Amino acid sequence: MPFKLIFLWTDILIFLLLASVVLFALYARRHEHLRVPWRQVRRRPLAMSALVVLSLYVTVGLLDSIHLQRRLEGATAGQAHYATNIESLLDVVCSPLRERIEKSYSAPLAMYAFSREVVPRADGRMSFEYPRLRFGGAQLRDPSERGTDIARRIGFGLLLAIVTFVLLASGVVLSIARRHNDSVARAVARLARGDIETPWRAILATTGILLSLGCVALSLAGGYHILGTDQVGQDVFYNSLKSVRTGLVIGTLTTLVMLPFALAFGVMAGYFRGWVDDVIQYLYTTLSSIPAVLLIAAAILSLQVYIATHEESFATIAERADLRLLFLCLILGVTSWTSLCRLLRGETLKLRQMDYVQAATALGVGHIQIMGRHIAPNVMHIVLITVVLDFSSLVLAEAVLSYVGVGVDPSMNSWGNMINGARLEMAREPIVWWSLTAAFTFMFGLVLAANLFADAVRDAFDPRLRT
Amino acid sequence: MIAYIVRRALYAIPILIGVNLLTFALFFFVNTPDDMARLHLGVKRVTPEAIASWKADHDYDKPLLWNSQAAGLDKVSDTIFFRHSLKLFVFDFGRADDGRDISYDVSNRMWASLAIALPTLLVGVLINITVAMMLAFLRGSYLDTWGMVICVMMMSVSLLFYIIAGQYLFSKLLHLVPISGYAPGFAAAKFVILPVVIGTIGGIGAGTRLYRTFFLEEMGKDYVRTARAKGLSEVRVLFRHVLKNAMIPILTGVVVVIPLLFIGSLVMESFFGIPGLGSYTIDAIQHQDFGIVRAMVFLGSVLYIVGLILTDISYTVVDPRIRLQ
Repeated sequence: MPFKLIFLWTDILIFLLLASVVLFALYARRHEHLRVPWRQVRRRPLAMSALVVLSLYVTVGLLDSIHLQRRLEGATAGQAHYATNIESLLDVVCSPLRERIEKSYSAPLAMYAFSREVVPRADGRMSFEYPRLRFGGAQLRDPSERGTDIARRIGFGLLLAIVTFVLLASGVVLSIARRHNDSVARAVARLARGDIETPWRAILATTGILLSLGCVALSLAGGYHILGTDQVGQDVFYNSLKSVRTGLVIGTLTTLVMLPFALAFGVMAGYFRGWVDDVIQYLYTTLSSIPAVLLIAAAILSLQVYIATHEESFATIAERADLRLLFLCLILGVTSWTSLCRLLRGETLKLRQMDYVQAATALGVGHIQIMGRHIAPNVMHIVLITVVLDFSSLVLAEAVLSYVGVGVDPSMNSWGNMINGARLEMAREPIVWWSLTAAFTFMFGLVLAANLFADAVRDAFDPRLRT
Repeated sequence: MIAYIVRRALYAIPILIGVNLLTFALFFFVNTPDDMARLHLGVKRVTPEAIASWKADHDYDKPLLWNSQAAGLDKVSDTIFFRHSLKLFVFDFGRADDGRDISYDVSNRMWASLAIALPTLLVGVLINITVAMMLAFLRGSYLDTWGMVICVMMMSVSLLFYIIAGQYLFSKLLHLVPISGYAPGFAAAKFVILPVVIGTIGGIGAGTRLYRTFFLEEMGKDYVRTARAKGLSEVRVLFRHVLKNAMIPILTGVVVVIPLLFIGSLVMESFFGIPGLGSYTIDAIQHQDFGIVRAMVFLGSVLYIVGLILTDISYTVVDPRIRLQ
């Protein structure tokens, strides 16, 4: 093989998570009480649009979670040598974006650098001017062609988007027509009216918008830096894509790492009461009384000391950054764990008075079985609601923590690090706005989609909101 | 009432001991003082003598928990735990790495934090209540639907964006207020306005959504239907009955954070150059000054517990159904 796969800690957890989501989906399909609320979510157009956006982010994140090391040329027989840097599948896909590094800042779609330099001219004299970029617009010999070239590329991108969209949409129409035994024309009419249980109209509209944005970006990215370059000349679009994984990991792994503890402690406190309850309550009151930012800061500072004194145990920078990310998830989990535990304890206190639990106790069912079979499945809606509601606030928290200096590793791509790096450039004249804008836009897209989806899930699963 | 407060205050002691032990473990067991010394001196030119002298300078050259070389009571008191952790209980925070007295800095800086955080909280709560009540009054209408959509969108924007965009718009383009800085006394007003406005805007989305659910919950109750059946106008029902009862969850949510206002907001203070406790903490984190971080963790938990006790007391004040035993 020309490469070997590398499994970082967070990669393993991500794929475990993916597997458990798939298993849960299979389980939910066969159980009516879970299928009903999910069907309610499926009927909400806004939620399904949000899901389309989310799945795009997840795809990028998953692509970025398959890591590999390339084998170097000229390996001796029987012993392969591998490159020292770890790449992800996304890096391989985006290698043109990654490798075209300029000297420093350049505006989106620019051909010239952002700041002037002394450049030797053809006649031997030196002049102080904006130099041409090494890659951005380098395919143009005459700078005045830039406008037409950009228009041509946008046109090509849109055309590609329309073709793909028509193919997708006709597939959807055909399947609707087949399911309802309708003619194709009637199916189109139903789709346009929004007269179908699944809101295909909203899904297709969102897909169309994303497709055209993606295709235009793709066709422009062939010749330009579509979102400009940052201080060290890296493509901002590539940085933003790489940051997706960091955001997703922090949003999902954090809650899932701590979920078992919150579930076990919360249910045990509510079920056993007495001294178990006292101990668990003491534990979470103590933890939650420390302001979250300070606890995170204290823990990350400790980790920094540990990394500084144990540098030899990390083979690559990526492994070190990955460990820090995982640790950040753990410590964020410790702070968000307490509120879920409190909720679960309250719910269990209520449930244990229920007749069916009393009946199980009377029949001599063991404690562990009662908690596992009778109580845990009935508090799952709280867990689900907490997980989806926490996601967006965690993504936002990452940016703030990186700003404070206790976020992810400075070498890791993240929206927080992008904002942090670009923040000081606001004082420049003219201002360097594209890094900030790109980071905020990508973050806004993910968080907004997550919020909308979370609202739909909460409305469907919270029994107090059911009418 | 007084007996209850005393009991709650006593209950806080084991929690504070827990916080203390946790920070002690984090700062002295996970990282030994030797590690700290190495970090501060730089990894390359570390000699055992340099570490020893750094530890002696910062009073870390003692055993952690038990000094077997000392005599009598000093066996316990001449240790790092006693000198650095237990003293937090009497608010003696020791010295920072640059030799300044932390307690003195804290007592000086907290007023600047309060000058930003208190107006932000008050203005924010007032605006949130007003908007939430309006949306609840118009529930089900287009204005309500779109209001909620805007709230979700405002919630989805990072606070950092509000700060950076606000500074750019109001200070750099419009030159309305200074971009950052602080002055004591009434001169602070022009520096306080922008952080307060931005803090308020950043909180509207989440706050309005939460308060709207409180209002809607009250509106669905029987006494409201009775009031309407008696022929009271909707406005009167809203202000005389719903508002009063919805204030209970709103107030208790506000009371719990009041003591924490002294700590201030890390991000706001460092962006706007406010010399409060938030920027103090952020500087300490960036300079890896463990003494200050430890002090702030302890102070934060004390204030949080004070907030919890105040919340319980405020319940009895605003809700006559609750009596403290």
